[in-house]
Parts: sequence; C-alpha cells; structure tokens
Amino acid sequence: MPPDNPAPPAIAVDRLVVERGGRTVLLDVSTAIPAGSVTGLLGPSGSGKTTLIRSIVGTQKIKSGTVTVLGEPAGSKGLRGRVAYVTQDAAIYPDLSVKSNVAYFASLYGRSRKEAMSAIDAVGMHDHAGQLAANLSGGQKTRTSLACALVCDPEVLVLDEPTVGLDPVIREELWNQFRDLAAAGRTLLVSSHVMDEADRCDRLLLVREGRFIADDTPADLRASTGSANLESAFLHLIRELERTS
Amino acid sequence: MSLRITFITAGRILRQLLNDRRTVVLILAVPALIIALISAIMEDSPQMFDRVGLILLAVFPFVIMFLLTSITMQRERTAGTLERLMTTPTAKMDLVGGYAIAFGVCAAAQTGVAAAVAYLWLDLDTVGSAWMVALIAIVTSVFGMVLGLLVSAFAATEFQAVQFMPVLIVPQIFLCGLIWPREEMAGWLQGVSDALPLTYAVKALQQVQASSDLTAEMWGDLGIVAGAVVVATVLGAATLRRRTG
Repeated sequence: MPPDNPAPPAIAVDRLVVERGGRTVLLDVSTAIPAGSVTGLLGPSGSGKTTLIRSIVGTQKIKSGTVTVLGEPAGSKGLRGRVAYVTQDAAIYPDLSVKSNVAYFASLYGRSRKEAMSAIDAVGMHDHAGQLAANLSGGQKTRTSLACALVCDPEVLVLDEPTVGLDPVIREELWNQFRDLAAAGRTLLVSSHVMDEADRCDRLLLVREGRFIADDTPADLRASTGSANLESAFLHLIRELERTS
Repeated sequence: MSLRITFITAGRILRQLLNDRRTVVLILAVPALIIALISAIMEDSPQMFDRVGLILLAVFPFVIMFLLTSITMQRERTAGTLERLMTTPTAKMDLVGGYAIAFGVCAAAQTGVAAAVAYLWLDLDTVGSAWMVALIAIVTSVFGMVLGLLVSAFAATEFQAVQFMPVLIVPQIFLCGLIWPREEMAGWLQGVSDALPLTYAVKALQQVQASSDLTAEMWGDLGIVAGAVVVATVLGAATLRRRTG
C-alpha cells in the first residue's frame, strides 16, 4: 500500500487520548489504516491494544481526539452493520448452540439463516453447529464469536487477539481467510501479542505503554531497524526509545 | 428502536431459557406448589386463603421475575455480550423491550399455571374475574422484571444481584398488606407503603376480590403499577451505556 494512497483511510485515529480509572491508557495516538488491508496491532498485554480497538468500534469513552471509520465518527448508527467486532473473550451465549448464536447475530444484521450457516462453515465449526457454546473449547468459542462477526459481511473487521489458543492448522486457515477478506477490499485490524503473526500483515502498529512506537510495513520495519525478524525489530525500537528518553 | 430487533432479542432470550429445562420446570411449577402449600396450611380457614393465596398469585411471579432478570442481565453485562450487542444495530430499547417480552411471556405462563391450580384445584374464590387477577399478576411480574433489569446495573457479580432482593423486594412484600393489614401499621409505615408500587398491585387484587365490577379505583391502582413499569424501564435503559470507561 503506497503511503501517498489518495483513497481515504478506512480507519483514521487522530490525536486520541483515553483515560481509564484515572490512568491515561492512550496518549495522543494517531494513525490511518488503509482500506483493503490487514493491519496488525502488536504489543504486550496492558499496552492499550484493547482500548484502541474499543475506541474504533465506539464502545470506549474517549477524553480527546477523534476516531473516524469509513468516513463517519466511530460508533455511529450507520456503522453498526458495516463494522464488526470480535472481542477478546468470546462474546457468545453459553446457553445457546453455535447455530443459535450465529443465527441470532445474523438476524440482528438482517442476514438470513443460510448466511449464518455459511459463516459457521467458514470458521470450520460445521461439525459443532448443534453443540451448546458452554461445552466448546476456548478456540471453538473464539471461532463461533468470529462467525457472529463474519455473518454481517463487514467492511471493517476488528479482532482482539482472535488466534489465542488456536490449533496451528486453524490459525493458518484463519489467517488465509483474513488475507482473502482483505483481497476482497475489506479492512482488518487484528491485535496479537504473538510476533510470528506480524509477517502476515500489510502494516504493523506497535504499541507500548499507550504510544505507537512503529507504524509501518513489516519489510520497512525490518529495513529501518536492520533486524532480520520482527521480534528483534521491536526490541531494537524499544531500546532506542529508552536510550533517547 | 426496531420492532423486528426487539422480537429477535425476545426470541433469543426465550431460547436461552428453553435450553435450560430445569429452569423452565422451576418457573412453571414452583409458584403453583407454594400456593398449594399455603392452601394446605390454611385448610381450616378458606377466607384467609382467599386473601393470602390471591396476593401470592401476584407476589411470587414478581419475585421470581426480578431474580431471573437481574441475573440474566447482570451476565449480559459482565460476559461482554452487552458490549458486543452495542456494536450491532440493536438499540437500547430493543434490548429492554426484548427482555420485557421474553420475561412477560414467562410471567404469563407462570401466572397461568399458578392461577389455574389456585382456582380450579384449591378453590380460590374471588368475586371478580380470574382474568383480571391474571392481568394484575402479569403487570406486577413485569414490574419485578424491569426492577431486576435496573438493579443489574448496580451489581458487579451475580452474587450481588441476588442480594438486592432483600433490599428492594422484601420491604415491598412486608408493607404491601400481605402479612399485616396496612390500616393497622404506624402512620409513617403507611406512608412508606403508599410509595411502593407493589402496594397498588395488592390493592387492585383486593378490589377484584371484593367486587365483580371493574372499578375506576382498581384501574387507577393497576395504572400506578404500569406507570412504575414505565419509570423503571426508562431508568433501566438509561443504565445501558453504549460507551463505557
């Protein structure tokens, strides 16, 4: 994605400041996420990843700054069928089956039962469709939650650590699916604390202590830090910051 | 607000309840059994049963709907599904309305079973119609439901939610005229009693018991309970926040 891309960004964060419980969690962060890309949001837990994600889906109270998604203020009514959110802990009903969970979200978005079934197939939960969500493993719950988001065919899909605890084969399948969605023009923001997922992203946002310490493509990040892999690139950036401060 | 989404939400809540067979049995059977127990205790004093049994017909569903809703809604808040729903086209009033319809259906079923048992089997006797008694009982239990919805906002855990019962429900039961005639209470207690909605449900029931005419006073008392439902619904909806800190 060239930096002088004339198309408006799918997500624009401008000078965002968020406080939670008297502590500043995001300190004046700005970024622009291009449409039709997969952006990785990387950083240790507690760095502000979830807070940024909640600001983008419009469930976070913000202190100052703006978040614009698809040209509208984050959380606007018009965005609720176009932006889907996969929470860190699967937001599904344990006393409903996989099928009923996905069918419920499908109907909220005005989608059909058939679309619900194909979302279940897409996350590889076909064989568990009749099972109660309470009896699923952690990874299966995450996939069900993902199906509940995919079912609205969102233009922007925001996922908070969707691959935690997943079987490597399924993780691979999901990432392929994320790539396919981006290729079809969808915009994805995927948070992770696993560096080996970073290479699958078009762009990376590295967060540390409420600040972005990098906002670049994986290749450029490696080149500018002279590192062979992204883990050491991240370390390089942190050391550099510590030296200058 | 959308009627379609309100009904979809109600359907989802009912499906959750139906998946829990034991709860369904408890909802349908317990009030009828308790009224049968009271009838057995008061076997030698049918007039006493006509008074107490009738009031219990409204008070039991009121208590049970309060408990069920406060816990279900508290779960919805803490399990992340509420936040997830707030990013979908669901409006706050859709959610509150969905709860009201789903638990209203439960209340109607529960009252229907309890009233059938009381009238047909336990020889409960009222001058006015049993349908009017059922209507008053259902409106009263919907009041219990919205009260539960409201307190769920103040409960951080299910444990706390349950403990709101002695705070909000028990005083209403003690002061409504069920265990002691209101006229014989101290003046200040009568004043408190006058301010509690359950008192008017009991007054309405007592009028159905005494007269076959649908008096203006009876409609006025039922109207007060219905008004309390509206106030608690608005307050309950106000506690649902799309954005949180």
